[in-house]
Amino acid sequence: MDPSSLLQYLITGLTLGSTYGLTALGFTIIFNTTGVINFAQGEFVMLGGMMSVYFMHSLGFGEPAAVVLAVLGATMAGALVERLAIRPVRDCPAINLIIITIGVSIFIRGLAMLLWGKDTHVLEPFSGNQPIMFLGAAIMPQAIWVLVISLFLLGALKMFFSGTIHGKAMLACSFDSKAASLVGIGVQRMVLLSFMISALVGAVGGVILAPITMTSYDVGIMLGLKGFAACILGGLGNPFGAAAGGVILGVLESFGAGFVSSAYKDALAFVILLILLFVKPSGLFGLKDSKRV
Amino acid sequence: MNAAKCVIALVACLLTCVPAFAADAIKIGAILSVTGPASFLGEPEKNTLIMLQDQLNAAGGVNGQMVEVIVYDDESDVNKCVMAAKKLLDQDQVAVVIGPSISGNTLAISKFFSSAEVPLVSCAAAEKIVRPVDPWVFNTPQLDRHAVTRILQDAKAKGYSRLAILTVSDGYGQAGRSVLKELIPAQGFELAADEVYGPKDTDMTAQLTKIKGAAADAIICWGTNPGPAVVARNRVQLGLTVPLYMSHGVASNKFIELAGEAAEGLVLPAGRLVAVEQVPADHPQKAVLEAYVEGYAKAYGTQISSFGGYAHDAFALVMEAIAKGDSAKSTDIRDNLEKISGFAGTSGVYTYSPENHNGLDESAFIMVTIENGAWKALN
Amino acid sequence: MIWLAVFFGLLMMAPALLPNNYYLTILILGCLHAMNAVGLCLLVGHAGQISLGHAGFYGLGAYTSSYLSTTVGLSVGLSMLSGVALTVVVSILVGLPSLKLKGHYLAMATLGFGIILSILFTETVDITGGPSGFVGIPRLSLFGFELRKDVTLYRAVAVMLCFIVWLSFNLLHSRVGRALRALHTSERAAEAMGVDIARYKLLVFVLSAAFSSIAGVLYAHYLTFIAPSSFGFMFSVELIVMVVLGGMISVPGAIVGAFFVTVLPEFLRAFENIEVLLFGAILILCMMFLPDGMAGGWNRLWSWGKARLSGVTHG
Repeated sequence: MDPSSLLQYLITGLTLGSTYGLTALGFTIIFNTTGVINFAQGEFVMLGGMMSVYFMHSLGFGEPAAVVLAVLGATMAGALVERLAIRPVRDCPAINLIIITIGVSIFIRGLAMLLWGKDTHVLEPFSGNQPIMFLGAAIMPQAIWVLVISLFLLGALKMFFSGTIHGKAMLACSFDSKAASLVGIGVQRMVLLSFMISALVGAVGGVILAPITMTSYDVGIMLGLKGFAACILGGLGNPFGAAAGGVILGVLESFGAGFVSSAYKDALAFVILLILLFVKPSGLFGLKDSKRV
Repeated sequence: MNAAKCVIALVACLLTCVPAFAADAIKIGAILSVTGPASFLGEPEKNTLIMLQDQLNAAGGVNGQMVEVIVYDDESDVNKCVMAAKKLLDQDQVAVVIGPSISGNTLAISKFFSSAEVPLVSCAAAEKIVRPVDPWVFNTPQLDRHAVTRILQDAKAKGYSRLAILTVSDGYGQAGRSVLKELIPAQGFELAADEVYGPKDTDMTAQLTKIKGAAADAIICWGTNPGPAVVARNRVQLGLTVPLYMSHGVASNKFIELAGEAAEGLVLPAGRLVAVEQVPADHPQKAVLEAYVEGYAKAYGTQISSFGGYAHDAFALVMEAIAKGDSAKSTDIRDNLEKISGFAGTSGVYTYSPENHNGLDESAFIMVTIENGAWKALN
Repeated sequence: MIWLAVFFGLLMMAPALLPNNYYLTILILGCLHAMNAVGLCLLVGHAGQISLGHAGFYGLGAYTSSYLSTTVGLSVGLSMLSGVALTVVVSILVGLPSLKLKGHYLAMATLGFGIILSILFTETVDITGGPSGFVGIPRLSLFGFELRKDVTLYRAVAVMLCFIVWLSFNLLHSRVGRALRALHTSERAAEAMGVDIARYKLLVFVLSAAFSSIAGVLYAHYLTFIAPSSFGFMFSVELIVMVVLGGMISVPGAIVGAFFVTVLPEFLRAFENIEVLLFGAILILCMMFLPDGMAGGWNRLWSWGKARLSGVTHG
């Protein structure tokens, strides 16, 4: 196995993994604030890509404007989801909320199918198609965009959560929402914010990946699944773990396809995930859970 | 309590929505994948059937009777396909069924038609559908075998000896893979690599990197959109110059749109529908092809898709059987289908017989390449 | 028990009320889904665990029985029994390490397992026929008699369903049921009281897997064709939806939920393009307004009705 192939697999894995990581981040943000796993997260990623295509091809905006509008649009969608589907049933048991988010994901998918059809669509790469050759492996400029933007977003979120008052308030909600509201934090507003940020993060992921992988109304399912797996891999509730989990999952998949079998690459990734869970039940970077009995 | 009443009322409303059907017309059933991953097949197929039904009825129907096409969407799912088949046979009691759009679904329901003694004219191309021959099952698309034969003829002419295959892990890709693995060594080539990708995969660089390491003279990619477009793009992104063949599954403008510049120079077998203007004027299919293109543009204002042709031919063949045999009974339709010979359709010229329920051979394909974003017939 | 007898009677009479054979297909599928849902209800509602991969057990039973009855050539009855037996063994092997996990981690483990099975069904083409499916499975036959008519097969399926329901009922009213309730309320407290929670969790897990595999073998020998797409992640999600819609702790609720989710797409088909949209909307609305599922809604309706009646009589 020559080093250029190895490098190629690594690059593919990192690119793919960044998107899984961003999706996983979205899961984590909502989970941290509300304790709910939002199965519609994958659809926010889809909306990012599909809306960009719509704004650019149907409405004729330039690519930068289309992308920004798409992310804003998806953020609005996140807010709508929270307002219409989550807030009315805040006190439901967790499993009901999960079913509701499943219903939301089906609804959004159906809406996308209705509005934009079932076709696959291409989004132009941000800076052209010419691969950059590096040590025998080809790197797409878009892949560099993906890595850079993902890191930037990660950094921005870290600053948000530890530096700004809103971020700290959201963290407070995740530790104990009753205590948080007692000290004057508007928990409902924080929940709304968490959905909007998750949608934003997911949509950005969708937008930067769409030029590489093309987009259609049903890309959300697999991405959501892998994002969830990445979350668990990294330890649920840990944003850094989610991002790392995503990257690890992407790299595992890529190397699995390259070295073992392209047909079984997904199975391989999940087998490794399962083994990890059995050995370390709270994920790679998950904090040991302590509960009062 | 009010809310619960609303839910109950909504459900009750839905329960009463039962579509009504006209009586005393010849009922033709159709199961097509109008939605789902195979919608690129089912949607043009459905549009084609409706268009042909309207055209025929406007011209007075067949044997003096109107024709009613009942289309069910199986959503590319085998379960829904089975349910649709049972509905058409048990509830709607149709004379003949056209479809399904995909091979897996066809194989799932073919037994029902032998026991119900109703002919099935499938728009799917797997060999298992017509070989061994089931007396009640026909199909209209060119077979994978014909496509592979044409590709290998081209490869032999260009002097290639090591071929790599990259197939999708769904029914279509799997069928192609088994034909490829049979014919490649049989025609004297060496199989350099046998890679697989998933239908939802968005990145095939790993598989292509492996193929690069296997030093193949050419790659044959067998799948339907969007996978092969990704393969085409990945190939360019990796800087590979190995020639790439595609299957007829991507003989659509959508592929050119998705693959963009990466589609330039790719070679594939396709039905003559992709390049109607380049078909010589004296070719038996020319008139049918032009009529289809014109009719579809008039009815829907968009271009035809070569896959819609499968349904076009199915309908035309069934109507031919009904007209020639002057009977719309299922057993008669089946018998008369087998008597059809030299019938010019959009996918080829059909000659059915009790031993041949596909009716076509390799000449139904032309080899095409993509030049400047358009199809160009090769000779 | 009375309602079980009534239910059985209804099931047996149902074919006579149907206009044609097509509806029988829906009924049979509904019964098979109900078998899955009842098992899952025990696991999710009563034992408080979660499984997002139960379609895998459904498929494992189906494929094993299909393989044994065609390629290996065993009799249908023996193949079905072996199918169930193999699934039980696999569920024990999967359950032992998995049930140590909690909550979302358990969900992920079961999800991963379900997906692995689904990929195996698709890729092991030589054994399973791959994505095109497994053709030519022999029809169900009992004691040598092939159940060719759909009605007879339906009756066999209905009997099996009622048997499974009866079994579940007995389980819930036994000491196992009490242990499960204790487990669900508080695992720590139950453990402190001496309940072997690991054993009971595994028992319910394996039992629910067994029910799914029974449904699976019946499915395979009814349709005589199976394909991997029926046993994927989406179906696992559908099963959970059936259980939650029905009312998680209610076995009759699970059955109603199963039939509802099976029958609903039939009615939505008339709406073509917005079918998916409507399905999602109905799901959301049902969960919002019937948080205890249909069983909960029914209970509330019942008590509302009783209160009204007693109000009238005492008026």
